[in-house]
Amino acid sequence: MSIAGRIAAASPARTGDRPFQILLAGMAAAVPVIIGAILVALIAAGWPAIQRFGVRFFVTSTWDPVAGTFGVLPFIYGTVVSSALALLIAIPLGLGAAIFLSELVPGWLRAPIGFLVELLAAIPSVVIGLWGIFVLVPWVRAVLSPVLKSTLGFLPLFSGPPLGIGMLTAGLVLSVMIVPFIVAVSTEVMRAVPRTQREAALALGATGWETTRTAVLPYARSGIVGAIFLALARALGETMAVTMVIGNVPQIRASLFAPAYTIPAVIANEFAEATGDLYLAALVYAGLVLFVVTVAMNALARLLVRRVARGPALIREQ
Amino acid sequence: MSRHAVRALAAGLVLAALLAGAAPSGAQGVTLNGAGATFPFPLYSKWSQVYAAEKGVQINYQSIGSGGGIRQFIAKTVDFGASDGPMTDEQIAQAGGRVLHIPMVAGAVVPVYNVPGVGPGLNFTPDVLTDIFLGKITKWNDPRLLRHNASFRLPATDIVVVHRSDGSGTTAIWVNYLSKVSAEWKQRVGEGTSVNWPTGLGGKGNEGVAGVVKQTPNSLGYVELAYALTNQMTFGNVQNGAGQFIRPSLSSTTKAMEGALSSIPDDYRVFFTNPAGKDGYPVAGFTWILIYGDQSDPAKAKALVEFLWWATHEGQKYAPTLLYASLPKSLVTRIERTLRSVTAKGSPVMP
Repeated sequence: MSIAGRIAAASPARTGDRPFQILLAGMAAAVPVIIGAILVALIAAGWPAIQRFGVRFFVTSTWDPVAGTFGVLPFIYGTVVSSALALLIAIPLGLGAAIFLSELVPGWLRAPIGFLVELLAAIPSVVIGLWGIFVLVPWVRAVLSPVLKSTLGFLPLFSGPPLGIGMLTAGLVLSVMIVPFIVAVSTEVMRAVPRTQREAALALGATGWETTRTAVLPYARSGIVGAIFLALARALGETMAVTMVIGNVPQIRASLFAPAYTIPAVIANEFAEATGDLYLAALVYAGLVLFVVTVAMNALARLLVRRVARGPALIREQ
Repeated sequence: MSRHAVRALAAGLVLAALLAGAAPSGAQGVTLNGAGATFPFPLYSKWSQVYAAEKGVQINYQSIGSGGGIRQFIAKTVDFGASDGPMTDEQIAQAGGRVLHIPMVAGAVVPVYNVPGVGPGLNFTPDVLTDIFLGKITKWNDPRLLRHNASFRLPATDIVVVHRSDGSGTTAIWVNYLSKVSAEWKQRVGEGTSVNWPTGLGGKGNEGVAGVVKQTPNSLGYVELAYALTNQMTFGNVQNGAGQFIRPSLSSTTKAMEGALSSIPDDYRVFFTNPAGKDGYPVAGFTWILIYGDQSDPAKAKALVEFLWWATHEGQKYAPTLLYASLPKSLVTRIERTLRSVTAKGSPVMP
């Protein structure tokens, strides 16, 4: 029993505590209830497709609304790879920026940079998508892809004709969208690290970087991890900006230059004009798969973090 | 919610109630709700505006997509549905009762491309178009493409095919055309609002396809004629059934409807692609309004049929300025007969 609960039980005069507790418990319960309700609704609406395709839905690659054959493997692949790519770019970039903003930045510069970061987070995804298709796509095609091809072209990752539209550009666009989340949240949690932590490290003779690495980052870890989860969730569910630059082709290719497709994109693209019960159900089933993929990716990320957290020389929070 | 907002809402509700109460009986003051295709939305909202001013009948049209329009129509939550593709027999059976497809206007779908140094007016034969979209013709200087384009200097580059990624009536018309001119397409890919494309990139919406085509050298895609015209895209001609290469335009689309007239069935459920006649542009289709032939509310039925009569007659003059192909006279005469067949509680609505 919590401390508040114990006090409430001990003194009968505090009659208001009990209803208040129940009220708060109800509010907390709302979240799992909503998640459960969404799950039930998805299963119910997707039932014809679940019955028809079952587990095959996850491992087949044909998406043919005309023939009524549906499989989401290429969409799962596109969703996972584009989000992973985005995290790969955004985590170092975001953490670097956050360390600068919390540890190194001169005072007068902090507010304007912080403001710009928040501004970037506030840009609607369709605007980012337009920027992607008109600015980023030509740049990727004419500049980035040839450079990657001439230096790392021996890898299958950078083979094939660079169209500018494809997985690589989708990852870049997503990284731009999630960087502000990582920067803003990480900066705040790092700034919340008590001064005494830094002073202790410095007093022991640590350099600026050593102080950040041994005193600040471990202390702020759970907040940073939270920021990354938030970023991952946004990347997995992002629809408009991705569909505008990824090429929307349900295929699995090793090359990052090749077009791909994601689950949110196919749902947004096809739902409005989907006729036929099985087709609709397949799209809902795809939504259920996205739900599962999101949970799985989050669990995986948590597991990874727990592994890393076991390392030595890291101070755990109380 | 702030107190101001509450007060404003309350005032609005009172006003709405007063307006509803003050409306005179008969066709005037009736509100017709419709939902469906996005393609005709600019025209329908123009009609709604003009018709409300002239006849006092409100038309609320929600452009939620053809699929959504058909679903709402079957569920009878709207007075009329709208679609760029005809309902299937199965859907009509689900709807129950007599379902009428009334053609409103037509739109053409045109091949657009971006090949550096190549201007508008490339000639596409049906088999070349099909094989490009099947991924069998992959180079711009393919001999079959060069045969009818001697005046163009086509490069030896790969063709980047671009198609719609979202389900759409534009796609339905395009692949219906390809299915009609190619047995292989019909068997391998088929037709619908979304298909399993053998090759190419997907762009979301006309603007998505246009964006990809404009951004990607050596690309070829398809968009609505209206979209290609307003955005000054480079588009080509398509060879029709009579062997003529036809420049897509509003008039060549209307000519296609005239050519197809004898083959348009009584329920109008047809894509009139690849019609007979030597002046018609072959890749075009109707957009329909869906109504029930036997209505339950006589006042609403009268307003609905009168509106559709107006839309297919006086309303047609608004079509060309908004870049839709208007219906030919010969077809309107047939639609008149269909509208006269609508009944409410067993008795005909139109005298």
